[in-house]
Parts: sequence; C-alpha cells; structure tokens
Amino acid sequence: MTVALLAVLLVPAVGAGVLALFPARLDSAARLTGTIFAAVTLIPIALLAFARDEAWSAYSATPLAVRPWAEFDVSWVPALRLDFHLGVDGVSYPLVALTGLLTVLCCAYTMWRVPAGGSGRTLVALLLVLEAGILGTFLALDLILFFLFFEVVLLPMYAVIAGWGGEDRRRAARKFVLYTLFGSVLLLLGVITVTVAAGTGDLARLAGGADLSRSTQYAAFALFALAFAVKAPLWPLHTWLPDAHTQAPTVGSVILAGVLLKMGTYGLIRVGVGVAPLGAEWAAPLLGILAVAAILAGALICLRQTELKRLIAYSSVGHMGFVLLGIAALNATGLQAALLGNVAHGLITGLLFFLAGAIKDRAHTGELADLGGLRETAPRLAGLLGFAAIASLGLPGLAGFWGEAFAVVAAVQRGGGLWVTLAVLAAIGGALTAAYFLRLLRKVTHGPAVAVAEPYAVTRAEWLAWSPLVVLTLAVGVAPSLVLAATSAPVRALTEALR
Amino acid sequence: MNAAVLIPAVPLLLGLAGLLLPPGDDTQRRRPAATLGIAGAAVSLLVTLGVLLFATKPVELSAHWVSLGDIDLTLGISVGHAALYVALAVATVALFVQIYSVAYLHDDPRYAPYAAQISLFTGAMLLVVTSGDLIGVVVGWEIMGACSYLLIGHDRRLPEAPAAAVKAFVVTRVGDIGFLLGVAFLIVDAGSSRLADVLAQPPHTAALLLILAGVAGKSAQFPLHTWLPDAMAGPTPISALIHAATMVAAGVYVVFRLYPLFEQSPAALAVLGVMAAITILLGAFSAMAQDDLKRVLAWSTVSQIGYMTGALAVGSPAAALFHLLTHAAFKALLFLAAGAVIHAVGTNYLSRMGGLREHMPVTFWAFVAGLGALAGLPPLAGFWSKENVLTAAAHATEGGETAPVWVGWVVWIAALFAVGITAWYATRLLLWGFLGHSRAHGADGPDWEVGFDDARYTRPAAPHDPPGAMRWPILLLVIPSVLLGLAAYAPGFRTALELDEPHLSVAVVLPLILLAAGATAAWWLWRAVPGVDPAMALGRTRPLLAAGFRLDDIQNRLLVRPVRALARAVLTVDTRVVDAAVEGTGTTTSRVGAALAYAHRIPLPAAAAAVLAGALLLGAVAVLFGAAA
Repeated sequence: MTVALLAVLLVPAVGAGVLALFPARLDSAARLTGTIFAAVTLIPIALLAFARDEAWSAYSATPLAVRPWAEFDVSWVPALRLDFHLGVDGVSYPLVALTGLLTVLCCAYTMWRVPAGGSGRTLVALLLVLEAGILGTFLALDLILFFLFFEVVLLPMYAVIAGWGGEDRRRAARKFVLYTLFGSVLLLLGVITVTVAAGTGDLARLAGGADLSRSTQYAAFALFALAFAVKAPLWPLHTWLPDAHTQAPTVGSVILAGVLLKMGTYGLIRVGVGVAPLGAEWAAPLLGILAVAAILAGALICLRQTELKRLIAYSSVGHMGFVLLGIAALNATGLQAALLGNVAHGLITGLLFFLAGAIKDRAHTGELADLGGLRETAPRLAGLLGFAAIASLGLPGLAGFWGEAFAVVAAVQRGGGLWVTLAVLAAIGGALTAAYFLRLLRKVTHGPAVAVAEPYAVTRAEWLAWSPLVVLTLAVGVAPSLVLAATSAPVRALTEALR
Repeated sequence: MNAAVLIPAVPLLLGLAGLLLPPGDDTQRRRPAATLGIAGAAVSLLVTLGVLLFATKPVELSAHWVSLGDIDLTLGISVGHAALYVALAVATVALFVQIYSVAYLHDDPRYAPYAAQISLFTGAMLLVVTSGDLIGVVVGWEIMGACSYLLIGHDRRLPEAPAAAVKAFVVTRVGDIGFLLGVAFLIVDAGSSRLADVLAQPPHTAALLLILAGVAGKSAQFPLHTWLPDAMAGPTPISALIHAATMVAAGVYVVFRLYPLFEQSPAALAVLGVMAAITILLGAFSAMAQDDLKRVLAWSTVSQIGYMTGALAVGSPAAALFHLLTHAAFKALLFLAAGAVIHAVGTNYLSRMGGLREHMPVTFWAFVAGLGALAGLPPLAGFWSKENVLTAAAHATEGGETAPVWVGWVVWIAALFAVGITAWYATRLLLWGFLGHSRAHGADGPDWEVGFDDARYTRPAAPHDPPGAMRWPILLLVIPSVLLGLAAYAPGFRTALELDEPHLSVAVVLPLILLAAGATAAWWLWRAVPGVDPAMALGRTRPLLAAGFRLDDIQNRLLVRPVRALARAVLTVDTRVVDAAVEGTGTTTSRVGAALAYAHRIPLPAAAAAVLAGALLLGAVAVLFGAAA
C-alpha cells in the first residue's frame, strides 16, 4: 500500500510536469493528458480504501489518534527533524477521495470549456499541482511536511485566480494570497513551537498532546487555531473568501470551496485538537462562539447578497461555521459531524459553484436581479440548482443535513448554558440558511424568463462533471456511513485524549 | 411483515425516478410520469391494506444505520394499527390526487416533475407515519417541507405563487428550529434515536415545548399558521394533499406518536391546549369572511386541526386521530370538488359563482356531503369525530387528566363555539356558491380578471361537471366522508385507535343546537337579502377577519423586517468594519512602505544629518545605560 500512497502524490505531480513540456499548440491534447493523469490518481486512491481492513483489528487494542492504514516514513532533513512521513486513516481518507474526485471533474470540465485569460494546458497543470499539494496536506503525518504542503497550495491557487478570473481578479488574488500567508506565518510559528518543545514533528507521536506542557499546548493551539481559522475561514477572518470566489474561474471556485477550505478544518482536527488537546479544551468556548457568529453572520449577509457567486461564497462561511461548531464541541459526535460536514460541503458547494458558473457563462451576468425564469428556459439546470440549493440548506436525506444537525446535537450533548445557547443560535442559523437559499431560487428559477445569451441546455460534458456530485450528495445523505465508517475509532481516540 | 418497509420506500423511490424523466407536455412524456406517480401511491395503498389485514401485532423493524459518537441511529419501521390507518388515509388521498391531477393538469408542460414531487411528498409523509426512529421522522418531516415548497410554487403564471411557496417553507422551518432542537434534546437524553428508547426516558418539558414549535409550524397552529392560507396559490390537488393527508396532519401525528412523553408534562399540554383553542377560533372566524373558495377551506383546515391538537391537549389522542382520519376524507373531498368548480368557472372567487347547482350536480352533492361532514352534521363522518373531541374536552373539565382543568374548559368552550361558526360558513359557502343566480357575469360586467391559474384553461360556455379522472376520485371520497364516522362502531377500528365506544347522550344536544343556529343564521341572511354575500353581515370586522386578524402584518413587523434590518446591519459591519480592517492593514502597510521609500530618497545633506543624529542618539543611549550598569 505504500506504493499506492506514494502514487497518490506522484501521479498528479508528474502529470503537471508532463503538461509543462507540452507545446502550446497541442492545447486540447494537453488538457486530455492532464485529465487522464487526474483520473489515474483515482486508482491508487481507490486502492487505499482496501488497506483499511488490514489496520482495522488494530484499532480496538490501543486507542491511538493516528494509526494510519498505509504509511510511508523516511527521514528527510534530520537537522530540522523533518521526516517525509505520509499516511492515510479514516479522518483523512474521505477528504483525499474528495480531492481526487473534484480534481478529475474540474479537469474534465476544462476539457469542455477553458475560462478566458490563459491557456487550458496551464490551467490543467496548475490544477494538478494544486491536487498534489492538497493531497500532501491531507496525507502528511509530519508537522513540518504538513506545513510545506499547506504552502504549496497557495501559489497555484493564486495563479488560477489571477490568470483565469473575472475583471477584478488581480486584487482578489492578491488579497487571497496575502491573507492566507498571514495565516501560514502563524502556522509556521505553531509548528516550530511544537517541534522544538516536543523534539519531534511526527503527528503520530504527537497525537494526544504527547508530553507538551499545558502552556505550550495553549500557545500552540492559539497559533494553530488562528492559522486554520483564516483558511477555513472562520468569521471574522473570512473576508478574503467572497472576493476570491467571486473572481475565481468556475474550476477555481470548485476546488477552493470544495477542498481548499477543508485544509483548515482538517488541520484544526488533526493538528490543533490532535497535538494540543488541552489548548483545544481551553479555547473551545471561544471557538464555539465564533463558529455560531459565523453561521449567523454568513446567513444574514447572504440574505442581502445580490450576486450569485458571492452569495454562495458567503454561504460557505455559514456552513464552515457548522463544521467548526462541531469541532469546538470536542465530543465524538461533534468531530464526526464536522468530518461529515466537510465532505458534504465539498460535494454540495462544488456542485453549486459549477452551476453558478454555468449560469453566469450563459447569462453573462451573476446579478440576481438580472436572472430569472430559469425553470422555463432551462428546466434541467433549474432542477439541478434547486437540488443543490435544497441540499445545501440541509434537507435530511441529502448530505448537508448530517453535519449541521449533528453539530447542533453535539452542542446540546456538551450541555451547559453556553453550549445550549450556541445550539439554539446555530439552529436559528439553519432556518436563515433556508430563507436565503429560497430567496436565491426564487430570484433565479422563478419569475419571468430573461432573454438568453447562449443555449441553456446542459451539455454532455457538464452532465459528466456534475452527475457524480449529485449522486454522491444523495448517497452520502442516505448512507452517511460511507464517510463515517472509518472515523469512529480515530475520533474516539482524539476525544479520549481530552479526558 | 417486512413488506411494511415498502409503504414509504416505493413512493420515495418512484418519486426520485420520476424527477429524472425529461420535461415536456406531449403524451409520450406524460404517460410514464403519470404511471410512476399513480403506481407509487397504489403500491403503498395495497401494501398498507395487506399489512393491516394480515399483521396481528405491531410491525417492528430496525437496522443499524450510522453512529455519530455515542449516538446510534437506526433505520427503523414501527407501525401499529393506528399508524396503519393513518398510512391508509395518506395513500388513499395521494392516489386520488394523482389520478385527479392527470386530468387537472392535462396541458401543463411541467407535469412530470409535479407528479414526481407528489410521490416524494407522499413517501415523506408515510415515512413520518411509519418510522420507528426520530431521525426518520425528521427526514420525512423536512422532505415534506421541501416538497410543499416545490409544489406550492408550481404554478408559473401566478405571481404570488413563488412568494407563497417560500413563505410555506420558511415559516415551517422557523418552527423546525424548535423541532430539531427538541429532537436533539430527546436523542441526547436517550443516547439513541429509536422511538422506543426515547419514549422510555422521562422527558424535559423544554424539549416537548420545542417539539410543539415544530408541530405548530407543520400543522399550521397559531402563531405559525400564516403560511397555510397563502399556500392556496398551489394547484388545487396539492391543497387537497397538504390539507387532508400530508403536512398538516404530520404535526398532529407526531404528538400522537410521542404522546407517552406529552402525557407526563402538564405544562406542554397546557401550551398545546391554549394554542389549539386560539387556532380553532382564529381559523373559524377567518373562514367566515373569505371570498376565495379555497381560502374558506384553508381556514377551515386551520380550525379543524385545532380540534385535533385540542383533543391531544385534553388527553384524548384517540379522538385526535379519529378526527384526523375523518378530516382527511372530507377535506380531500372538498378540495378536489373545489378544483372541479374552479376548473369549470375559471375563478376562485365566490362572488363570481352562484347558481352552479344545476350545471354541476355531482360537484354540488359532493360539496353537500363534504361541508356537512365539516360542520359535523349527523350522521356524516365529521359529526362522530367532533363529538369525540367535545366529549374528551368536557371530560377534561372534570379534572383527573394530565392537563390542568382550565385547559379542558378553554378547549371545550372554543370547540363548542366554533361548531356554530363552522356551520355558518359551511352553509354560506354552499348557498352563496351553488344556489341562487349565476354571478359569472356580475354587476361589474363580464371582464373580471382571471385569478385562477392552476392550468392553462379556456372557460367553457356553461360550467359542467368534471371529466371522469376528476369525477371518480370525488365520488369515491364521498363514501368515507359520509360513512367513516360509523367506523367508531367497528370494534377492530376502535381497539386500533384505543377509541371509546360512542355513546350519544344529552351532551350531543348542545353542539347540535349551535350547529342548527349557525346554519340557520347563514341561511336567513342569504334568504333575507338575495344576491348579497351573507358575509356582508360581518360589517366592518370583515376586512380584519378576511386578513386573518392581520397576523401576517404582525409577523412581518416583528420578525421579517427586524431580520432584514439585522441582515443589512451585519452586511454593513462586514464591509465597513471587518473587511475595512483588512483592507486598511493593506493600505497602511503600502503607505508606510511608501513613506520609508521616500525617506531613503531624501537629499544627501539631510540624510547625512539624519545619520549623525542617529549616531548621536545611539551614543547617548549607550552612555546612559552604560553608566547605569
């Protein structure tokens, strides 16, 4: 399985390299090659799922927060105590699979439509670099390695926004990169603090707090939480997100919302809660309050948004608020809800951004006031948008419900005045979410039809890119154990460390 | 009896399949949609009948679904005979609605998704009815909300339809804040979401009150009833579905299902009772003043659901369920018949009707049966069930129930009083709509605006009874509307509902007197001034009643506008404070950089002076600190 683990990282990286060698005139062949590389990456990812059974029995014996199914560990820079340590377990696997899937879909989508601004070849190559970086982040089991991959993601994303984005793309890209770099600096500080104090950067050994002193854990968690809060993003550190999303090309938005934000929440669980449980316990009330503030602020702001992509971007703030509330509750229910919410948000918001991009490409505007009557002109597109919106507002039976409802349940479970209040406020946020999504649907799908710039029919390439997301949204909604099956043991181990 | 799983599963799956059908209005495309829709309801109906006939004990099935932390969720079915009777009513009404819709929407290009959404709606309701797990109930509960949204907003030519659809979903969703939290409390207390485990725990009153908020939203109870009259913008068969079998019945059913918990909490029952009493009167009074045929029926639903929650509050879940079943029959009948009227005359407004009896005898007699049952005319179905509710309330005034005695009084008086009002508006509807002269070409001339938009439609020269696909469901629904009350004499039915044997005592006289008084008053008003709406007698209160006591305005002022203002404020803070701080950091950094860059470009003498001044300063610091050390 070690081979599969390495292949997951190497295939997209090699693919990006191969694309760089392609001559510019073979653009569509290059895009096809890139898509094939992205698709091939799914093979080792699928293989990794079978590794689970081997490690399965080992779980019950000793609860360890990190007990990877497959592992690869070599010393890289001993002086820095940096190991090239990769591994996959129940916490990271769903996100790895999600990353692989979304990248393939985005590459396939680029086969059909290259956004204006640059060559499709470069865009696909950048998507592959992004994939390698994101997968590396999810697979890294060494703090410094984690940080390196975390940073690798930043520049290609900057290039995607700045190269293929909307009119105001440079400013948005700059804001994105500077803001998240600020987060990264804090992450680096946190990483150094922990590595120096513990003498190792190995996440498996650090899990559960190892021997870190209370004050180190407090400091480390504060740094980690701030860094990941920028990435997630947590209100009030979210303002890079709406700009970046509004300006990014469709595929950029999908990757950004679908998996990039998850690096923040994943990091908070694996690194924040994993390495500094005492710090997490200490900061939980504040984190919970901010998460609920994000839910409410995100929803209220969405009620006033007039632009399609910006609205969906702000809805991410609210949804990630639910994920962070689950994490802040620091019990098994909450952490599992957060992991599920992560994946669900990736699927649903990915789909929403695809659809928003399709509508914007056709209508040449994203202003809600200028859209309307989509169910007359494009019943299929309207139906898909309706599906995605209803999934996103947390309809039970679809993926979005579990993470949000059980974040609330987790807060209730945690008990006490503060957490029950937070649960109530989060539930109110759920109702507001319904209000703004219905407002969106009412503006876009109902009402008189607007003159059409391009044919509205959904093309085959679009079906190809969207249907997996639709199917998975339904599948995860009906059978949440698809995501949760392997999480219970590592999550239990994480919460054990809190006691 | 594993077949019970099929009761909700078949309509849900066929509904999902139906959504994949291509849209379009030619026959080849309509046929599969209609087949899927009708098959879904029919299979459910047959399976329910089968289980009802052959199952000797309650069906309990349960499989592990998923665990989140310490909470185990199961995927379970738990149906006793009472649940099966409700499922039977749901499936029957759904089947009739599906058949009826084929004709009613005969030229609607979006028929295929419509039929599929009805299937999903039905399946979701059946899931609520049969689920043995609280999460299953929540799933069905919310899917119903979404389907009601889609179906109410179905009509694209009604400008108010999208707003009504959004209102229906958002108002019920506000109630669902409570429902979800209540469920969360119950689940956390029990550590499991299985109903059997949840019912075994002593409940928090807070959790029950939260659940009641959800019930008020779904079952259109005061103060969350405001969506229901507006929901009349949906196609008429959908109104029948929402009012008779799904959605509004769900709230009552959930309280029935959780009754072992409610039984332990006098406070929750008191709240429920007050809510019921207000709703009964509010609905009845508002129904008096409506000009829109469907709105009369809508407000009557609000009022009748109040009877059901009232029965629950005074400790008689059996009476509530019995009334739910009879109401399902006669309200489905009334709405489908109303659809026939609207189909024929092209308007919802009673003021444009009149004299329909001779043209539409079938519809007229259907209305007689339905309205008679609604008013509680013996021996029609509504009489028996309403009698049961009144008896239970009267019984509660004597004490000995969980609910406080005053709750019994409040519910009893409200219910009794509403009997008279119900008789009044039912009589008025019948006389004003069907008798007298046609007002189709009224005093204002023939060019009225066509307020009806349920289907693309050309007005026939003379109104006539509907085509077969619409007539048969109506005719078949007359049977239970007339006879279902007598089921109270069937021992099997009684044991299933745990209903008392009907005993007609002197207590029957009082409601009957009120019934007669209400009906006579309406008749007398209609008779005394021919050609004038009896509702004119309401005088200045009419606009207030017609607007449902202006609760919409209050809701607007107290909830909608503050939320909007808050949203505006938050957006302002977000851009002017939060984002401005970020942008400000950026610009400040650039400016500082520019200032420093400028400082490095100052002319040589000034620069030399600055360097010397710096050296001096450093020297001074060194000397000072050196001396100190």
